Amino acid sequence: MRAWKFGNDIDTDAIIPGRFLTIYDEKELAKHAFEGTRDEFSKQAAEGDVIVAGRNFGCGSSREHAPLAIRGAGVRVIVAESFARIFYRNAINTGLLPLTCPGAGAIKDGSSVTVNTSDGYIESEGKRYPTEPVPDFLLEIIRAGGLVEYALAHPEIKTCTE
Amino acid sequence: MTVAEKIFQSKCGRSIRAGDVVMAGIDAAMIHDITGPLAITQFWEMGGERVFDPEKIILLFDHQIPADSIPAAKNHQMMRAFAEEQGIVNYDLREGVCHQVALEKGRVGPGDIVVGSDSHTCMYGAVGAFATGIGSTDMGFALKYGALYFRVPETIRVDAEGSFDRRVGPKDLILRMAGDIGADGATYRALEFGGSAFSGMSMAGRMTCSNMAIEMGGKAGIVPPDETTLEYLKDRRSGDSMDIAPDADAVYLEKRQYDVGSLSPQVAVPHNVDNVVSVEDVAGRKVDQVFIGSCTNGRFEDMQEAAEVLGSDSFNEKVRVIIIPASRDEYLKTLRAGLIERFVEAGALVEAPCCGPCMGGAFGLLAPGEVSLSTSNRNFRGRQGSTEAEVYLSSPATAAASALYGEITDPREV
Repeated sequence: MRAWKFGNDIDTDAIIPGRFLTIYDEKELAKHAFEGTRDEFSKQAAEGDVIVAGRNFGCGSSREHAPLAIRGAGVRVIVAESFARIFYRNAINTGLLPLTCPGAGAIKDGSSVTVNTSDGYIESEGKRYPTEPVPDFLLEIIRAGGLVEYALAHPEIKTCTE
Repeated sequence: MTVAEKIFQSKCGRSIRAGDVVMAGIDAAMIHDITGPLAITQFWEMGGERVFDPEKIILLFDHQIPADSIPAAKNHQMMRAFAEEQGIVNYDLREGVCHQVALEKGRVGPGDIVVGSDSHTCMYGAVGAFATGIGSTDMGFALKYGALYFRVPETIRVDAEGSFDRRVGPKDLILRMAGDIGADGATYRALEFGGSAFSGMSMAGRMTCSNMAIEMGGKAGIVPPDETTLEYLKDRRSGDSMDIAPDADAVYLEKRQYDVGSLSPQVAVPHNVDNVVSVEDVAGRKVDQVFIGSCTNGRFEDMQEAAEVLGSDSFNEKVRVIIIPASRDEYLKTLRAGLIERFVEAGALVEAPCCGPCMGGAFGLLAPGEVSLSTSNRNFRGRQGSTEAEVYLSSPATAAASALYGEITDPREV
């Protein structure tokens, strides 16, 4: 898996610019992923590639088009030192795995990366970088396959008042 | 308890503390033309047939209005049909920017839990609501169930004391806070605003501050309700109270203090909102476009401030000045006060209420190498057009002063 390395504060405008938000098919969105920021991404990203980033990945807009554009390009895992809140949740809801990894900054662009979710680490160039566990309530959604599938499996949702 | 904890505790009817994860009922859900179509699609994907309560859904178009492309027109068409089928009031493209409209129509009040598929939904914290931005799939879920998962956040308390100097205001304060706290300094946290500067602040100023909580990663930006809040709400809705004030022994993750009397006009320089300097540090930078508007600063008070700085002069001929009141109400107030005539006479384009150039989706985009000064909330690279353009953020006073001289200008010197 190739690592696509990004820096800190990669915002949702960089992931998918506002002028493409009338689109919501992920394959179409993927054609414009990181347009103007890293134009080669949409042409070269391959199934199974991994995005590796610094702090605050996905800050900015609530646009779910951002994780969709990334998923449409074939990426299933994003590893970052930290994530912006709405993006993190959107990633899980759309079936992307956001892994928080404090050491992600040391991983090089273009390097080969393997992700071990069961033991909680990623490996690149012979070095292991531990990842933080995904909270239980989010794992439940991931295990269901995303929020749509979770909702279909739980037709009756109990709120805290019940 | 903090205000955020109190709101969740009151909704859940049991003891709640920061860190708890709850499935809480929601009081309102807002969708607009950018994220709404996908939310509706996800609602259907989840087997949704009827929304949980059509009266609790706020639906309108503001990002691409009037439709600027056939895909935008199709999105509007789809949402119109959905509103009609579900019996949801559709403000359509008549009323203005979602956050401004939600508040002025009285759709949100103190103690409410509100979600919106727009990151600046935190603006509703100005009336003491716990309001937060969510994505479209979360919104599809909220539309179906009237509930959503929340992790009750820890809170950063910010107290601002004193009074603002002439031509310094709430936007300068919130920009300074973004600079100090950083773009991710409040991630997963609520901001709670207080102190004499907030109690003396108009609702317009509170909205500006709550709006930008997300620029620090904040989940909510809450001004505890007071007499000013109730006065604003009294003709819009009934039965609101102020009983969610934080306890004296509330536990905060962090406390910050500001003396607004010593604050100068602030500017966020490209390409991050937390890249904040005092206006003197960038004065003289040439600008090609000035935008006064958006949910952050498109209210009548902002227009008044801009008009006062403008006086009887004309805007610099080398600057494209775009002025957009945030809603029909704000537009009418601006119009009736004679300010629209003044702006047009001075050379500005005054557009109908909408998001305008803020998101870079519709019009007013920048060419490579151009510089914009904007009263909106984000200066991300490429947000208002070319990735080789630059966006600076400021208050309406600084924007108007800069539009007069064609370069970033300290409004205190005008």
